[in-house]
Amino acid sequence: MKVGIPKELLSSELRVAATPKTTQRLLKQGFEVCIEEGAGVRANYADSEFIAAGATVVKSAAELYNLSDIILKVQPPTPAEVKLMKKGTVTLSYLWPAQNQDLMKLLAEQGVNAIAMDAIPRISRAQKMDVLSSMANIAGYRAVIESANYFGRFLNGQITAAGKVDPAKVLVIGAGVAGLAAIGAANSLGAIVRAFDTRKEVAEQIQSMGAQFLTVEIEEDGATESGYSKVMSKEFIEAEMALFKQQASEVDIIITTAQIPGREAPKLILEDHVAVMKPGSVIVDLAASTGGNCVLTKNEEVYTTPNGVTIVGKLSQLPTQASQLYGNNLCHLLDDMGKAENFKIDMNDDVVKRAMVTYNGAVNWPPEPLAVSPQKKSDAPAAAAKPKPTAAELAKKKNINTTITLGIIGALLIYMGYATGDKAFMGHMTVFALAVFVGWQVIWNVSHSLHTPLMAVTNAISGIIITGGLLQIKDDLTSPLSIVAFIAILVASINIVGGFFVTHRMLKMFRK
Amino acid sequence: MINQEIQIAAYLFASILFILSLGGLSSQESAKRGVFFGIIGMIIAIVSTVLGEGVEGHVYIIAAIAIASVIGIIVARKVEMTSMPQLVAILHSFVGLAAVLVGFGSYIDPHTATLEGSAHTIHLVEIFIGVFIGAITFTGSIIAWGKLQGTIRSKPLVYKGRHLVNGGLVVVSIILGVMFTMKEGTAGMPELLIMTAISAFIGVMLVMAIGGADMPVVVSMLNSYSGWAAAAAGFMLGNDLLIVTGALVGSSGAILSIIMCEAMNRSFISVILGGFGDVAVSTKAMEGEVTSINHEEVAELLKEANSVAIIPGYGMAVAKAQYPIYDLVDMLRKKGKTVRFGIHPVAGRLPGHMNVLLAEANVPYDIVLEMDEINPDMPDTDVIMVIGANDIVNPGAQDDEASPIYGMPVIEVWKAKKVIVMKRSMAAGYAGVENPLFYKENADMLYGDAKDSVDKINSFLKQ
Repeated sequence: MKVGIPKELLSSELRVAATPKTTQRLLKQGFEVCIEEGAGVRANYADSEFIAAGATVVKSAAELYNLSDIILKVQPPTPAEVKLMKKGTVTLSYLWPAQNQDLMKLLAEQGVNAIAMDAIPRISRAQKMDVLSSMANIAGYRAVIESANYFGRFLNGQITAAGKVDPAKVLVIGAGVAGLAAIGAANSLGAIVRAFDTRKEVAEQIQSMGAQFLTVEIEEDGATESGYSKVMSKEFIEAEMALFKQQASEVDIIITTAQIPGREAPKLILEDHVAVMKPGSVIVDLAASTGGNCVLTKNEEVYTTPNGVTIVGKLSQLPTQASQLYGNNLCHLLDDMGKAENFKIDMNDDVVKRAMVTYNGAVNWPPEPLAVSPQKKSDAPAAAAKPKPTAAELAKKKNINTTITLGIIGALLIYMGYATGDKAFMGHMTVFALAVFVGWQVIWNVSHSLHTPLMAVTNAISGIIITGGLLQIKDDLTSPLSIVAFIAILVASINIVGGFFVTHRMLKMFRK
Repeated sequence: MINQEIQIAAYLFASILFILSLGGLSSQESAKRGVFFGIIGMIIAIVSTVLGEGVEGHVYIIAAIAIASVIGIIVARKVEMTSMPQLVAILHSFVGLAAVLVGFGSYIDPHTATLEGSAHTIHLVEIFIGVFIGAITFTGSIIAWGKLQGTIRSKPLVYKGRHLVNGGLVVVSIILGVMFTMKEGTAGMPELLIMTAISAFIGVMLVMAIGGADMPVVVSMLNSYSGWAAAAAGFMLGNDLLIVTGALVGSSGAILSIIMCEAMNRSFISVILGGFGDVAVSTKAMEGEVTSINHEEVAELLKEANSVAIIPGYGMAVAKAQYPIYDLVDMLRKKGKTVRFGIHPVAGRLPGHMNVLLAEANVPYDIVLEMDEINPDMPDTDVIMVIGANDIVNPGAQDDEASPIYGMPVIEVWKAKKVIVMKRSMAAGYAGVENPLFYKENADMLYGDAKDSVDKINSFLKQ
């Protein structure tokens, strides 16, 4: 089977759907790889590198489409490109099916089986093919680098001979993949990072990346079954806005990443928020392409407001890195679909079923919803918790119990002495009780890792029961007593010798 | 011949040596010295007994000890470290058997008949109790051995009213005991024999009712019993050395049982009464999906990780994977990565089982940590490899109140960045509980025999 990678037509698209490395992977999967001349140039991959990796370079797009059974692309194909495709071609690219109904119709008419990489469901198994996550990761990182570029100070705090530098404060809104990546990057540059998300469950993730989790005092969880956040209630939004306003006056950099699939991005940073920000502050809006989280964002533009706040609505895609990750995502999907040998469109597969937006001439969108994995906390009834007794009460109770127990034991011992009336027996009892206490104290100190040797050694020592046999055995071995004693000596000795020996063997193995 | 006073002094010295021997096990450095003390103590005890007054049949004694030494050394040399639990169990049964034999011997010893009044009664009671404990230890240990060896299925054998039956049998034994102490001379032999049979049966039923996961508790419990049996023999013979040693061993086993039970958040009574392992109900519908990973990907993850933790379980012992694991650890450490082991107290079938296996494979003990030591480091760990363990890494123990293992302390592997669970299949662990860990997003399954898997990962790592 032939996999074709055409040149991206959109001039702002620097990425390419395969790199020399992913080409090698595709070849390993059994595909033949054809690439249009110059497809990788803008992502810094020369044709010669592709040839070295084992790909065939094809002169024109028309020829490429004619040769290929599977097309790997980044941007949705243009109508002109669709016309070039053979019937039954499988394409992997971004499609944004919710926004591109016409294109899908066109693809269906052409008999193209189109997979929308942006429609891969967010389930655990599909993580490795999730282009939104892999691209968001890059965007988050880049957002911090970009903001540092426009920001006129250090991000980390320093105390130098020339004076003290305060660390920059960064607020990240939305802790999805991009948000978390941004938190990580900002944190490692030394900034103080705060992060906000409507989903309570991500608090732990935020903290794990080194940021402080900000929250509003209203009980509402923004998590939905699809793994994205939902639109929140009016009260919640008001509280949220107040929080952002207060934060806006404190922080130096705001990075917003809040997006709701298939809809305009929520407006989170309003004009009055921007107005209270210090001059020189930076806002990086990762949702610029869907309308922006900040009302003042201009898509594909970087500008400075009259009060000196730089708003960044345009990010470099880091095309070399992005192409590599995107290409890997595609490879994983092809791997899942059976590689070259058993390549198969399995419409029963949860991932393929949802991402395959056109199939056999029909549009297959929107798919049925699928619940994903983010673990929802089981609603443990908080009210059921019993009031715990305080330590003092417990100690008191314990004291009383100990006193009673000791009293009973004392009484029993006195009774035993009275009832038996046997001095020798009571002497043995004394020895016994003291030995139990000594054993109790000694054994608690034994290291956990030596419990097995402890068992073996106590095993060997308990072979001391041999003395019983030793005292009983007689010169006349035919008497029943002697036979019994002989066997007792025998088994007890096995114990002693075997136990000590095996302990020794074990301890020899422990080394530092 | 040495006189009695010197003998008592020798016994006292031997007792001190035994205490020092156990005390020596508090750390690896002093442990070898501890064993040495134990051996010296044992030699002093045996020699001073044999040289004591009235001891006969020296030839037979030497013969018996010689034969036993050969057997003991052969067994101890040959046993594989993975079979340690079986060896310990079978050795317990020997102590039990010896206690029974010494009890019978003591009863038929003509000296017994010369005792009079309360001394005679006390002696009979001592014999009776000694034989009772000895027989339970004997048969119980054999069953435990069979279960560990796999010759007896590890599933608990439970039937309705078994507590009643066991209780009834104990009552019958007590009645027999009362009748036994009434009899003159050796006329009580039938009662003693019947009681031996009954206690042997109790021993069988007790251990049969306990599931495989509780084996560490059973083995340490039998360890304790064997000690009490020795102590009871000491009372019969009026021998303080036996009493002291028996008491030491008895309390040692009891403490181990308590530690094991605490590690499983179970009461000692409920473990001994058994029947835990049969509740194989999935209590909570599992959310998410189980994802699997292949050896090459695991190798890649390990190459990129800075900090790796390995959580071994019984599966590692079964597959004898400790050697390839050592190679893996060695390779990773040479690459400058932090590699550590996290050992749950009840991992394996014997207290400290995992430590011994890892030590056997030369893993330095200072990178082998206990559960409490490694748990706080989980969030900073990049990759966790769970090898053949299940219940001890079950998050349900912390957040699912309906889970049978709720409240049991577990190693919190799911807090790490990535968890690789190496398992033979999706089957539930010994506790029969579903494990939500496998459904977590950061957990991937690697199916197959632990040894093969680690070998394969190693070969990818070498590339």
